[in-house]
Amino acid sequence: MSFINYASREINCKIVYYGPGLCGKTTNLQFIYNKTAEESKGKMISLATETERTLFFDFLPLALGEIRGFKTRFHLYTVPGQVFYDASRKLILKGVDGVVFVADSQEERFDANIESLENLKDNLDEQGFDLEKIPFVIQYNKRDLPNVSSVEELSELLNPRKVPELEGCAMSGEGVFETLKAVAKLVLNDLKKDG
Amino acid sequence: MLGPQSSLVMYDEEYQRILLLLERLLRESNSKVIFLVDKNGQLIAATGETANLDTTSLASLTAGNIAATGGLAKLIGEKEFSILFHEGEKDNIHISIIGGRVILVVIFDQRSSLGLVRLRVKKASNELAIVFEDLVNKTEQEAISSSVPSPFAEITDDDIDNLFN
Repeated sequence: MSFINYASREINCKIVYYGPGLCGKTTNLQFIYNKTAEESKGKMISLATETERTLFFDFLPLALGEIRGFKTRFHLYTVPGQVFYDASRKLILKGVDGVVFVADSQEERFDANIESLENLKDNLDEQGFDLEKIPFVIQYNKRDLPNVSSVEELSELLNPRKVPELEGCAMSGEGVFETLKAVAKLVLNDLKKDG
Repeated sequence: MLGPQSSLVMYDEEYQRILLLLERLLRESNSKVIFLVDKNGQLIAATGETANLDTTSLASLTAGNIAATGGLAKLIGEKEFSILFHEGEKDNIHISIIGGRVILVVIFDQRSSLGLVRLRVKKASNELAIVFEDLVNKTEQEAISSSVPSPFAEITDDDIDNLFN
């Protein structure tokens, strides 16, 4: 949940990138890190295995600027995508303000996407959140690869609620900032509702 | 006690009370750095030799650490491990949970000792817990009375777009 600090006039929000293994969550964060001005970002932390698979989480703090005199900070996290890291995934979802689901567009990952989305629903539920209600966007990643399912097909299965959906190619950065912006917008609008 | 799903709101008055308590703990425990972190990884306050320290990363990793050990605790049938201690060659980290949601982190070296830190932390924890209880009550009251309009009630789409320019 967001942290509003009237003393330092700051607002902190937590955004989690979720999705099946190797779908490009860490790549999204790396692109954001590489393209963000030095003064707006903190250190990116990756708790990964020797083969660069996420073990616990990646973390990237971003300071986006001011809104109504409050410094707006977003803390971006990724979860480990591999199925057997479920206990760790649950922990990262604690206190989440918004979720980005990074889907792997490749045909052979179709089932993995569905499984991961179901897992997201269950784990959010365990933390007392409802996927139907929290700020949520979907990125169809790896659109540049040859063997991808159509966006319509992916959307029909993964996005019945019709949340904002974006096409992406996290390696080249296509759609990465658009995705972040879309989820940030939902999170900030949510604050407005609470206010 | 703060619930896991409630937003944390910090007001100036409570922030000053917290800082005073942390500064006193820093002196009395002879430690180097003290900081408070929300269980979600947000840094609440820090004091001591923080100049060369990446407190944002420390806050996030501390929360991850507490979350992971909390998961371990549950697996063996414990509610949580309320104190963690990491011993280094020069510096040590003492981590404890206050009021169920806030994490107190004390970094100290050979000028202090684990015993002294534990003793002082115990006393300060009780006082900090009271401040956080006051904070929760205040937040609830503010929410009911709505006397102070939220600064975010009138955010426009343009405000949000400007953040990304």
